[in-house]
Formats: sequence, structure tokens, C-alpha cells
Amino acid sequence: MTEPLPRPRRKNPLGRTRLPLSPQGARSRTAHGLTAAAAEGRFRLQTCADCGAVVYPPRDACPQCLSPRLPYEDVEAGGVLVAETTVRAATDPYFRERVPWRIGTVKLDAGPALVAHLHGDAAEGGRVRLELKLDKSGAPVAIALPERDTPNMQDDPQLRELTSDPKYRRVLITDGRTAVGQAMAKAFSEAGSSIVFVGIADAWKPFPGMGALRGIERVEIVPFDMTDSESVTEQAEQNGGRVDIIVNTAEHVRAGGIIDRRGIGIAREEMDVRYFGLMRLAQAFGPVMRFRGADGVNSASAIVNLLSVYALMNWPAYGAHSAAEAACLSATQSLRAELRPGGVRMVNVFFGPLDTEWFQTVPPPKVAPAALARAVIEALKRGVEDVFVGDVAEDVRARLAVNPKALERELAS
Amino acid sequence: MSGTLRRRRAYDGVALCAPVTIPYRRYSTNTAQWWIGRALQMLTQQAGLRPQDVDGLSVSSFTIAPDTGIGLTQHFGLSPRWLDHVPFGGASGVVALRRAARAVEAGDAELIACVAGDTNHVDSFRRTLASFSRFAQDAVYPYGSGGANASFALIARNYMNTYGARREDFGKICVAQRANAMAVPHALMKNRLTLDDYMAARAISDPIHLFDCVMPCAGAEAFLVCGEAAARSLGLKPVRLLSTIERHNAFPQDAIQLRGGWSLDAGELWSMAGVRPEDVDFVETYDDYPVISMMQLEDLGFCQKGEAAAFVRQHTLTNDGSFPHNTCGGQLSVGQAGAAGGYLGLVEAIRQLSDAPLGTQVPNANTGLVSGFGMINYDRGLASGAAVLARIA
Repeated sequence: MTEPLPRPRRKNPLGRTRLPLSPQGARSRTAHGLTAAAAEGRFRLQTCADCGAVVYPPRDACPQCLSPRLPYEDVEAGGVLVAETTVRAATDPYFRERVPWRIGTVKLDAGPALVAHLHGDAAEGGRVRLELKLDKSGAPVAIALPERDTPNMQDDPQLRELTSDPKYRRVLITDGRTAVGQAMAKAFSEAGSSIVFVGIADAWKPFPGMGALRGIERVEIVPFDMTDSESVTEQAEQNGGRVDIIVNTAEHVRAGGIIDRRGIGIAREEMDVRYFGLMRLAQAFGPVMRFRGADGVNSASAIVNLLSVYALMNWPAYGAHSAAEAACLSATQSLRAELRPGGVRMVNVFFGPLDTEWFQTVPPPKVAPAALARAVIEALKRGVEDVFVGDVAEDVRARLAVNPKALERELAS
Repeated sequence: MSGTLRRRRAYDGVALCAPVTIPYRRYSTNTAQWWIGRALQMLTQQAGLRPQDVDGLSVSSFTIAPDTGIGLTQHFGLSPRWLDHVPFGGASGVVALRRAARAVEAGDAELIACVAGDTNHVDSFRRTLASFSRFAQDAVYPYGSGGANASFALIARNYMNTYGARREDFGKICVAQRANAMAVPHALMKNRLTLDDYMAARAISDPIHLFDCVMPCAGAEAFLVCGEAAARSLGLKPVRLLSTIERHNAFPQDAIQLRGGWSLDAGELWSMAGVRPEDVDFVETYDDYPVISMMQLEDLGFCQKGEAAAFVRQHTLTNDGSFPHNTCGGQLSVGQAGAAGGYLGLVEAIRQLSDAPLGTQVPNANTGLVSGFGMINYDRGLASGAAVLARIA
């Protein structure tokens, strides 16, 4: 049974902000197979392709048969917590300010024993399930959770350190004019965020859903225009120190490839909203978020970027749009590295065509804005950094993993 | 498989002599090369040798990087015809001895200086932990960074759960060792320790408390391996090597460490030595935590598996009582000078068997057992070793 998280008190404006530290993030190249699994919230360990042994810690030869063929495979995550300890003296500065910290040895049903972080409800001698997470240094770690969910389990301090749970965190949704932005506002309010800032450009222009948006609990409409550096900077000056999670919902979708567009006007607009918008956002809010990465219960925690799955492989029917999305994807990879010293996570949420007016002519399956919002909340609660929402996104991802060239041809047909 | 392997050949006339200890310091601004050089200097002076007379060198250290043993030959102006580098932590002493003994028997070298030394700068312990091994980097250090304390806490906890050992039993070992250390001039921990003090100490990583932990420090230990006749001609008092064993990564299938490699090899250790566990007059175990000393007592045959706690309760473990154990106070009292910690028990055993203890002499010490344990690569110590030594009448 986890103690429910107390609502954080108002921050003392004269108090010093605790600076973020990171646990050791160095890993061997082979161990980054765990990073890949944790990024998507999977539990995968090396499994010998020759003898079937499940292997941990990550190795380059199977300790049963010396085979070098050790791919990461999905593995049953259940096991027994054989022994636990509470670390009270740590040599590393990150843990030194977080002790007491519980760890334990988990004997997996699948074979190996893992040293893991422990959720408060994981009891010695009892059954547990392991999950792979990314810690504040972006490196993969295992945490043992109770076998079945327990009340308030998300509030466990060691688990919360590995996630970006929106509860009691303050969120900025960059564009509330869109269906996705509005679904997002509703979802974060329901997930317990303490303030939901929703950006609206040119507030005097009415838009569909405006009344409903204003009616959502804890929503605060703020002036925000992603294409205007001054507007973005002004908002950061106003509320930047109170924003723990940003969800970039700014969208710009127009059909068509490259040749058929006359000139670069629309492309420039696309880049302005999406790529330069992301840059303005990161430059204005990044420094303060990175500074506030260890600032208590409602520390700065994540930037969520919504991306078309065609950022990964161009869909010529929306060719120019895909290219702008690819630019955004590349920028997020840089941002991920730049945000890491603050322990702030960069979450990329990939999706196929949305069920909105801009994809009117595209046949189903399409992603409903509410489903996208649910996926974002889930991603933050689980602490993953790459999410694929809906059948189209999953399909593209799967095809890409097998044969990128085939996917290029298939998307062109 | 192992039942069909040939037995190890017994030793013939191999001697240990010239025990050297460079007094430990909590922190040192000197390098490991300085500490090792000091030990070599003292060893050659004690043996009446010129440094160049040493024709074999074995080195153990965690902190000589970027050097290895080969670089030290030039550093120290030696031209040995036999050279070994044994970075095996707490098993370094026994393993270095095993290699050197065979080299002497084979005639590859005549006078082998075995040296272990490490420095301890203000931040070197943390750095050593963070990059100790690939498995530690990938799968241990990111979990609370409790270092060896946390890893041995899990082992101790599981041992207590399995066999019913209590903290008081671990405390008995620590308290007795402290009593043995009281007369050792350079011991870093020299306040008398009571069981109450032990029980009341602050928790470090449950069930490990303050006095279960060794103090990292700088220091060096050394000894000379040669033939018995050679030792006598140098005017040194030799100690005889009766038998040794070593084993690495034993029982990988155990989910958590409850036993070490000794239990695979103890039978041969005793039969080669021609003595039984009850015949030895003192025991030097590797005491990086008292739970590991208990495992050694069991796995080496001093008591049944799981019964070390009861065994400990039946003895004083002090030099003046029954079952003298870690007779100079062990690392728990004198400090852990890196790889020299793996030499401490061996050097002390040579002293006890040649009437030259730093602290108190165990009465009638004629046969002693030394045990080593080292290298917690992931979740357990991988190396184990032991040697039986005897006084030469």
C-alpha cells in the first residue's frame, strides 16, 4: 500500500532550487539493448538463439554455450524477490541525496537473477514483476513492482523518479485550438495535473470547442503563438518556472508532395509552425526546465512532441508534411541529449492519420484525438520515450524494422 | 567432470618468508607505485638482498593504472626473469602465492617478491566503484550506488533468511577481531569494540551496519617466495607451504551467493596438506564482511554448511582463546588497502608461524589456514582460494 502523494506546497520563492544530478549513465554497447526496450516500455532480455538461455547482465557470449547470437527478446517478467536491502550510504551524489533507497535481487522465472530498484509494495520473498525504465540519465534500469497493482502505486517515490506522472505536475499544451489540444487538456486535467496551461494564439478569434475547453477544471488559457518568438518567450517568462510538462500540439498538415506544390510558401509555414516552433519552445522553456529537473514532487519532467509516424519514412501523399516532421524528429534527438543533464525526458509520440479535418480524404484506421491524449498520459505514467499510437503507426514501425526499402516503395504506391 | 580431473600435485620445499607491511593510512597523496616501491624496498632490506637479486615479481593493485606489472619493472629498476600481475582483489595473496610456488619449483625463478599495494586518494574509492567491471557498470552501480556494502547486504540478508544467523553472530566476529587488533600499532580502528557498540551502530545498507564494513585506505603488503634452503641461506625464517586451492565463478547457477568455490576444493586442500580442519591453530579468513568469513568457515570444513553462526557462538575467536581468527584484527580493524587486503591474512600467517606478529602471538601456532575471496564482478565474489601453511621446526 503506497502512501498517496501529498499535494506539493507552494514553493518558497526565496529558497534555493535543488540542482538536478544524474545517476551513472554509462553502459556497454551491448547493454543498450535494454535502452531500446525501456524506451518503448518493453521487458526484453538477451536470449540465446542457439540454446535458448536467457542471459543477464548483457553479454557478448552465452554463458551456457558461448554462442555470440544473443538477440534481445520479450521475456516473462515475473519472478521472486529473494533478498532486499535499503541503501543508506551511497557514494554517488545523485543517490546520496535520495537515500534511503531500496534495491533487491529478483530471481526471474525465465532464469537469471537481476539486481533491481524496488517499488515500496514489492515484498521480500514475494512475487514481483520487473519493468525496464529509463532513469534520470536516460539509461535503462529494472524496477520490481508488486505482482498485482496496488492502491496509489504510481505515487511510490522510487517509481515516480523513473516516470513523468502528470499528477500534481503543471502542464503547458501549446495549441488549444485543435481537437488534439483540447483532448489533451481534458486528459491532463483528469490525470490530476494541478494546472493545465493551454496556449491560444489570437484569443479574440473564436474557435470550435472554446466553451468546453474553458469549462475543464484547472485549465488556464494563456496567449501563445508558436510562430512568434516574442509570444513564446513572453509566456516562458510568465510561467516557465511553473511548467513541468510541455505537450507540443501545434500542427500543420497539408496534403501533397514536393513537385506539385507551387513555391515554398506552404512548406515555409509548415517549418515555421513545426520545426521552428519546436525550436522557439525549446529555447524559451528548455533552460528553466533543465534547471528544475530535481525541484521536488512537481519537478520539470518531460517535453512531449507529437509526431507523424511519417517522420520515420516519407509518405509521398503528404510528402512535404512528412519532411517537416522528419526535421522535428531530428531536432528531438538533439533536444534529448540537451535536456538530459536536467533529467528532463523528451517523449516522441508517433501516430498515423488523425481523425480530423486535415485527413478528411484518408481512409481509416485513423487515430481519434482522445485516444492520442490517453496514449500521452500513459506514456508519461510509464516513463517511456518512444510511443506508437494506433494501427497505422504500429504497422509503419513494424515494416521499418524489417525492411526500410520495402516500406519506402509501399508508401509510394 | 571435476571428479575425473587429475589431482593437484603437492608442493615440495616451497617456503614463504620476509613478511612486510607498510603501515596503512586512511588517505594518501602518494601513488600506488610509491606504496609498492616502499614494500619492495623493505622486503629486500629485510632479506639482505639488493633489489636486482629478486628474479621474480608478482604485483597486485587496483590503482597502478595506466601501468601494469611490466611497467613497474622499469620503474623499480628490476630485471626479473619471471613476472606476474594478479589483479584478483581479495584472492590476490593466495593466487600470487600459488603461481610463485610453482615457478620456484620449476626453477623459473629463485626469489620471487610478491607485493600488493594501493593508494587511496580522497575520491578514488567512488571512482573505483563506478568503473569496477562492465557488469558493475551496466547492472549494479546504477542501483543506489551502495557499492560493495549493498551487494554484500543482499548476500548477508539471504544468508540470514536461509540459515537463521543473527546480527549478534556477525558482531561476535567483529568484536573478537577488534580485540586481536588492539596491539597492532598501525590498525586504523583501535578503539575497543563491544557487542553493544556493534549492535547500536548506524545502518549502512540493511543488514550491513557500520562495523561490518572495512575502511578503505592506502597501504602495502609483501612476502618472499623461494625454496626452503634459499630462505635459510639468507638467514630468514621460512614457513612451509603445505597446500593451496583456487576457484573462479563457482556455482553460477545459485541465484544469490550462499557458498564459494572453497566447497568444491576443500577436500583436496586438506588431503594435500595432510592435516584436518581441527588441526590448524589459527585461521585467517577474508573478512570484507563477517558473513563471508562465516561462509569460509563452512565451505572450508570447520563446521557444517549453515552452522557457522553456532560455531562462532562456541568460540572466543581471539588470539588468547579458542579458534583464533583473523589474528591481527583483519581488514575490519586494520583497514582495507585495496589489493593489499587480499595479502593481509597471508602476511599475518607468515608472521604467526615465524614468531614475528605485529600484534599478539597465538600460543603454539604451528599450522595456519589462510583464505582469500575477491572480485564482486556483478552480484557475488568470483574468486576463492586458500592455503595451509606450517611452521618449520
